[in-house]
Amino acid sequence: MTPHEQFVAFMTILRKEIKRYTRIWTQTLLPSAITMSLYFVIFGSLIGSRIGDMGGFTYMQFVVPGLIMMAIVTNSYSNVVSSFFGSKFNHSVEELLVSPTPNYVILMGYVLGGVSRGLLVAIIVTIVSLFFTQLHIHNIFVVVAIVLMTSTLFALAGFINAVYANSFDDISIVPTFVLTPLIYLGGVFYSMNLLPAFWAAVSKLNPLVYVVNAFRYGVLGVSDVSLPFAFGMITLFTVAAFAFSMHLLNSGKRLRQ
Amino acid sequence: MISALTIENLSKSYGNGFQALKGISLEVKQGDFFALLGPNGAGKSTTIGIICSLVSKSGGRVAVHGVDIDEDFPAAKKFIGIVPQEFNFNQFEKVRDIVVNQAGYYGLPAQQAAERADKYLKELGLWDKREVASRMLSGGMKRRLMIARALVHEPKLLILDEPTAGVDIEMRRSMWDFLRKINAEGTTIILTTHYLEEAEALCRNIAIINHGQIVEHSSVRDLLRRLHREVFILDCAGMLPESVAVDGFVTRVIDEHSLEVEVEKGQHINDVFAQLDRAGIQVTSMRNRANRLEEMFVNLVEGAA
Ligand SMILES: Nc1ncnc2c1ncn2[C@@H]1O[C@H](COP(=O)(O)OP(=O)(O)OP(=O)(O)O)[C@@H](O)[C@H]1O
Ligand SMILES: [Mg+2]
Repeated sequence: MTPHEQFVAFMTILRKEIKRYTRIWTQTLLPSAITMSLYFVIFGSLIGSRIGDMGGFTYMQFVVPGLIMMAIVTNSYSNVVSSFFGSKFNHSVEELLVSPTPNYVILMGYVLGGVSRGLLVAIIVTIVSLFFTQLHIHNIFVVVAIVLMTSTLFALAGFINAVYANSFDDISIVPTFVLTPLIYLGGVFYSMNLLPAFWAAVSKLNPLVYVVNAFRYGVLGVSDVSLPFAFGMITLFTVAAFAFSMHLLNSGKRLRQ
Repeated sequence: MISALTIENLSKSYGNGFQALKGISLEVKQGDFFALLGPNGAGKSTTIGIICSLVSKSGGRVAVHGVDIDEDFPAAKKFIGIVPQEFNFNQFEKVRDIVVNQAGYYGLPAQQAAERADKYLKELGLWDKREVASRMLSGGMKRRLMIARALVHEPKLLILDEPTAGVDIEMRRSMWDFLRKINAEGTTIILTTHYLEEAEALCRNIAIINHGQIVEHSSVRDLLRRLHREVFILDCAGMLPESVAVDGFVTRVIDEHSLEVEVEKGQHINDVFAQLDRAGIQVTSMRNRANRLEEMFVNLVEGAA
């Protein structure tokens, strides 16, 4: 395929993905808006007012960036995992597999689909958060970069999950038993400084720690981990996830017989 | 001229160790209308799956319009349009979107994709249903949707895996007419079928596959001729000469007392007796020699039942 043809194929996948999640917006966009509002009310306003300062900010200010990140992570992940697994399940993935579209274009199409949903939900949640607190952006470049990198990373993770999944159970097991704990233990709700040394060290293996703290730096200007190190780790995780996804596509594992 | 499809010694063992293809070879010429006939489980869909990359081969070679799939699969894929045996579109997507998206996967710009999609949806009688979610179509309409989808990039080679399964007679006729038309316009067509009648009605050349092996590969006409030919062995009184000529019939002297005669469909065996009588040859008894092809068909049909 010529580069232009590849671009057409890419846009076709991306457009189809966007159409999919906007058509079922009550399942894809609305839930995050509702759960995040609840988080803001309960953790931010009700409980938060009793917690006092965290990292030099009100608890509400502290937790908002983490919650936005949480929405981005879950939405980019679940968009790709359900869409790609769905197309495997109903065999419509064969439409792509029989076409000359190169594998990396297929991957980018699905990943960008997940990224776009992550961004859209991030915007919705941010708007909701403005009803509860004021947001000052400390460094817009860090914010944008982290949002894009994070949604890419978790869209890739969702893709890998989808390739391995054989049933609808398999696409909810990982989010429930892996992703959610990682998010909760990733410093969305607390500062790493509160952890005993051992658990702080273990947390360094959790990609969510870097994602949440780098984003918090972008918004508030504070972070529990060094910013360059966080960027480095996110890049490392993303490159590994991309390489592994490409390997899965190229080997045809679980896609071709 | 380059063949539309060349398959050499193709083999496939599935993950569970089952050998579905045992080294098949096939040749389909450009412009041909080709049938791949075989009972359930013969290996038809496996063969087609390999050609369009949904199944990985275990050995052998496949070339589409001279392009080896091991060397440049994307280029080979551009030549192929595929209509699979099972429905494989998203049932929640709209009919037109399915076809337009497929065009996009082949790199057709939006404008052209839309024009082509509309053209084939009209030709296949799906225009009225274009804005309907595909799950609302009837089975026959779904199959036609897959044909429209397969044609949207105007492939040189259209492969249909049991296109008329579950399609009523009237619809089958109109589908046949449509396939004949696009074949006449230059598209090479390969279809799989369980029915010799379908191959007979549509196809020029045929391969018969059974248990992962090609058991016949010839023109449909030749196959039918051989299928309907009966061979009789006549036991004769007295010594037969070295050769016996019977006008209009192929004969062979097997030994001094037995003569073999081939009788084609439409010929009369009386003619044979009359001529032998004139030549002074007395026939004492006669038996039918088994027709290998016919036996095979009986087996295939029984095997499939
Ligand atoms: N994924 C698979 N794993 C193991 N065996 C398989 C697989 N797919 C097909 N087979 C086996 O391979 C053989 C050939 O199957 P194939 O689908 O190619 O047959 P077919 O000629 O298309 O039959 P039908 O007319 O029923 O569609 C069958 O015995 C089938 O059970
Ligand atoms: Mg089949």
